[in-house]
Amino acid sequence: MRPELTSSSPSPTDRRLSALVRHLASASPLMESQTAISFSATASFHGESVFSHVVRAPEDPILGVTVAYNKDPSPVKLNLGVGAYRTEEGKPLVLNVVRKAEQMLVNDRSRVKEYLPIVGLAEFNKLSAKLIFGADSPAIRENRVTTVQCLSGTGSLRVGAEFLARHYHQRTIYIPQPTWGNHPKIFTLSGLSVKTYRYYDPATRGLNFQGLLEDLGSAPSGAIVLLHACAHNPTGVDPTLQQWEQIRRLMRSKALLPFFDSAYQGFASGNLDADAQSVRMFVADGGECFVAQSYAKNMGLYGERVGALSVVCKTADVASRVESQLKLVIRPMFSNPPIHGASIVATILKDRNMYNDWTIELKAMADRIISMRQELFDALRARGTPGDWSHIIKQIGMFTFTGLNSEQVAFMTREYHIYMTSDGRISMAGLSSKTVPHLADAIHAAVTRMS
Amino acid sequence: MAIRRAMSGRLTARTEVLGVRSMSSWWRGMEPAPKDPILGVTEAFLADPNPEKVNVGVGAYRDDNGKPVVLECVREAERRIAGNLKMEYLPMGGSVKVVEETLKLAYGENSELIKDRRIAAVQALSGTGACRLFADFQKRFRPDSQIYIPVPTWANHHNIWRDAQVPQKTYHYYHPESRGLDFATMMDDIKNAPNGSFFLLHACAHNPTGVDPSEEQWREISHQFKVKGHFAFFDMAYQGFASGDPEKDAKSIRIFLEDGHYIGIAQSYAKNMGLYGQRVGCLSVLCEDEKQAVAVKSQLQQLARPMYSNPPLHGALIVSTILGDPDLKKLWLKEVKVMADRIIGMRTALQGNLEKLGSPLSWTHITNQIGMFCYSGLTPEQVDRLTSEFHIYMTRNGRISMAGVTTGNVEYLASAIHEVTKSA
Repeated sequence: MRPELTSSSPSPTDRRLSALVRHLASASPLMESQTAISFSATASFHGESVFSHVVRAPEDPILGVTVAYNKDPSPVKLNLGVGAYRTEEGKPLVLNVVRKAEQMLVNDRSRVKEYLPIVGLAEFNKLSAKLIFGADSPAIRENRVTTVQCLSGTGSLRVGAEFLARHYHQRTIYIPQPTWGNHPKIFTLSGLSVKTYRYYDPATRGLNFQGLLEDLGSAPSGAIVLLHACAHNPTGVDPTLQQWEQIRRLMRSKALLPFFDSAYQGFASGNLDADAQSVRMFVADGGECFVAQSYAKNMGLYGERVGALSVVCKTADVASRVESQLKLVIRPMFSNPPIHGASIVATILKDRNMYNDWTIELKAMADRIISMRQELFDALRARGTPGDWSHIIKQIGMFTFTGLNSEQVAFMTREYHIYMTSDGRISMAGLSSKTVPHLADAIHAAVTRMS
Repeated sequence: MAIRRAMSGRLTARTEVLGVRSMSSWWRGMEPAPKDPILGVTEAFLADPNPEKVNVGVGAYRDDNGKPVVLECVREAERRIAGNLKMEYLPMGGSVKVVEETLKLAYGENSELIKDRRIAAVQALSGTGACRLFADFQKRFRPDSQIYIPVPTWANHHNIWRDAQVPQKTYHYYHPESRGLDFATMMDDIKNAPNGSFFLLHACAHNPTGVDPSEEQWREISHQFKVKGHFAFFDMAYQGFASGDPEKDAKSIRIFLEDGHYIGIAQSYAKNMGLYGQRVGCLSVLCEDEKQAVAVKSQLQQLARPMYSNPPLHGALIVSTILGDPDLKKLWLKEVKVMADRIIGMRTALQGNLEKLGSPLSWTHITNQIGMFCYSGLTPEQVDRLTSEFHIYMTRNGRISMAGVTTGNVEYLASAIHEVTKSA
C-alpha cells in the first residue's frame, strides 16, 4: 500500500510519508514480510517520532515577565513580576538564620543522605503542624492531625487534591476569583472539577463579601473550598476576622470542606500567629480541614521546595488511616520528599534562639513591604494621581492589585520600563525607596494619559 | 444515663451553635492502606533488637561496615555550596547545567544528538519523578497507548503508570528455572505486541532480578523494536553502579540510539552519587529535531508545574558542582567504581560460601546477575524463615540487596540461606 505522492511535497505529512517510504524501500526482506505494518499514527518508525504532533506550550505569563525584563537594557527598569522577596538593594535574600542552619547541617559529618520516609522528615512535620495550628492546638494534642512533607505549596496542594479526588465524595473545588494561576491546573490535573466563587471587587479594589457568601451559599453540600489563609495572591485582599467568622459559619452549615493555602504565614502582618488566625478558627470548631503550607517565602527557601500538607481529622484513628492513604499518593509521584530544605526548617524551628532570630528577620521582610506600600501610596498622593489609592495600604502581603488595566500596564512597560503582569499585579517585594518615585511617575502617567 | 443525655445535649447545642453538621468524619469509612512492601522491611528490621540482624532489604548502598556512605566528592561539593547566596527557584525544567551533564552520561560525552539539541530534557524528582513525568506525558499525548512492563519489576513502576492512568501490560523477562533471562519468550512478547507499543526497559542492573540482556541480546531487542515500531523507555537508575563503568552500563541505550530509535530515559543520582534523599534525576525524550525538542520540553514543564512547580535546588547544586569540575568528576567515577567493585566482591563471596557449605543447589546466578540486587530464588516461605529464625530481612520475592552484604555478615548470611534451602 503506497500513498500517492506529488513531486512537490509541501506539507509536513507528505514529507514524513516520503521519509517513511524511502525507509521502507531500503529495508531488509525481514521488514517487507511484515505486511501488518501500516501508516497509522501509532506506528513509529525511526523516521518519525511518536510525539511529533506535540505543539509548543504557551510561555508561563509570570515567568515571561522576567524574560522580557532581562532583555531590556534600560538602567531604570523595574521587575515587579515574580513573587520573590528582594532587599532594599533589589537583591534576593538568604536569611542569616537559614545560612547558619545550613552550615550546621553541612558541618555535621554524621549526617547521611538516605531516603526520608514517604511522609518526609518526622520532626519537620510535627514542627510545621505546630507552626500553623499553634503549639497548644487541641487537634494536635488529640493526635487528630496528619502532616506529610511535600514539595512546597504546589506539591502540598497537589497531594491533597489527588487524595480528595480518590477518597472524597465531592469532586468539585471552589476557588476564588481571581487566584494564583497555578491553582486551577493543580486541581484539574488531580481529577477535581474547578468552579469559582466571587472574591475581588474591582470597583472597591477590596473584597466582594456579598458575592462570596452568595456563591459559597449556593455551592453543593460537601464541596471543597480553597481559601487563602492570608495575603491573598494576587490581590492582597484578605477578609477581616469578623468576615472569616461568617465564612466559617456558612461553610460549616453546608459541610463545605476547607482547603487552606498558607504560603505567607508571618510574611503578611509580620506576626506568625496573627497570619494563622483564619486556619485556627476553623480548627477550633472541631471540624476537619486541609492545609497546604509553604516555606518558600517566609523562610526564603524558594528553590529547596519545602512544604507540608496537614489534614485535620475528627479522630486519631481516622488521621492515621488518612496518612496511610496519602502515602499511596506520594509514592508513585516522587517516592519521598527532598531532605535538605526540611532539615533546615526543622533545625530552626526546634531551637528557641534560632526560632526567635527567624521571627525577627521575617518581621523585617514584612515591615519593609508594608513600608513600601506606604511610600507608594504617599508618592501617588503627592503627585495628585487621580483615583483612590488607599487599597495599596489596605491590601496585605507581597502583592498589590493596582487596578490598572492591561493597556495601562503595556504603556508603563513601554514608556517607563516597568515589568509586571498584565492583570495589574505588582510585587511590592520588588520595590525600594529609591525606585518608588519612578513607579509612582509611571502609574501617574498611565492613569492620566490612558484611562 | 443522665450524664450521657446531658453530654449529647451539649453536643447538639454545640453543633447548632457552630454549625458543624455531623460529628463523624468524612473519612470514617476509609480503609488503612497496605504498607509499602519494600520500605516496610526496613521498618521491621529497625524494630528488631537481635544483634545478629542483617538488612538486605532496601536498595541503598552500605559500606563494608554496613554503614551508609556519603561520597567524598559529595562532601566536597557541599562544602563549596554552603553559604550559597541564593536559594531562588530553579526554572521549571530544573538546572540547565545538571540536565546538560546528565544527558552526556546517558547519550555520550560528545553525542551529536546533544549538539543538535534534539533532546527534550528536564530535571526530575529522581527516578520516580522522571518515570511519573513521562507516564503523565504519555497519557496526555498518546492517550491510546499502553505501557509494557517486565515481570518482575520494581513494584513502584506499576503504581506510577497506574496513577498516570496509562493501562499496563506485562512482558516476560525473568526465567525462574535458570534464574536468568527468559529471552525467547520476551522476544515473542515483543513480536506479539501491537505495532508501536510502549515498553519499559531497565537499561542496566535490572531491579529486582539483577538479570540483564547481553549485548547481542540487546541488539536483537533493538532490531525487533525497529521492526515493530515500538517505543523504548529506559529506566536507568544504576549507571556506573552495575559494572563500575558508566559507559559500559549505558550500552543498551547506545545500541538503541545507533539504531535510530526515538527513546525516552529516566535517570537517577540516588544510588550512583548516593544522593538518595536529595531527589535528583532527569527525564529526557529524544526528538526529531530541535524544534520538536523545544515543544516537548515545554509540555513536560506544563506537567511539572502543577505537580511541584520546579525541582529542588540543593541536590542539583551538588550534581552540577561535581560534574562541572573535572577533578571532582574523576573522584566521583573512582568512588562509583569502589561501590560497584565491593558489591561484585560480595557476590563472589556469597556464592563461594554457599558452595563451600555444600549446598545442593546452583548459585552461579549470584555472580551472573549484576547491580545492587540478587534474585536469590528463595520462596516467600524460605524468606519468612530467614527473618523469623535468623533475623535476616529481605523482600518476600527473595530479592537480596547485595549492598547490605559485608565481609562481616556474608558467612552468616550464607549459612542461613543454606539452612533454609538444603532440603529444598
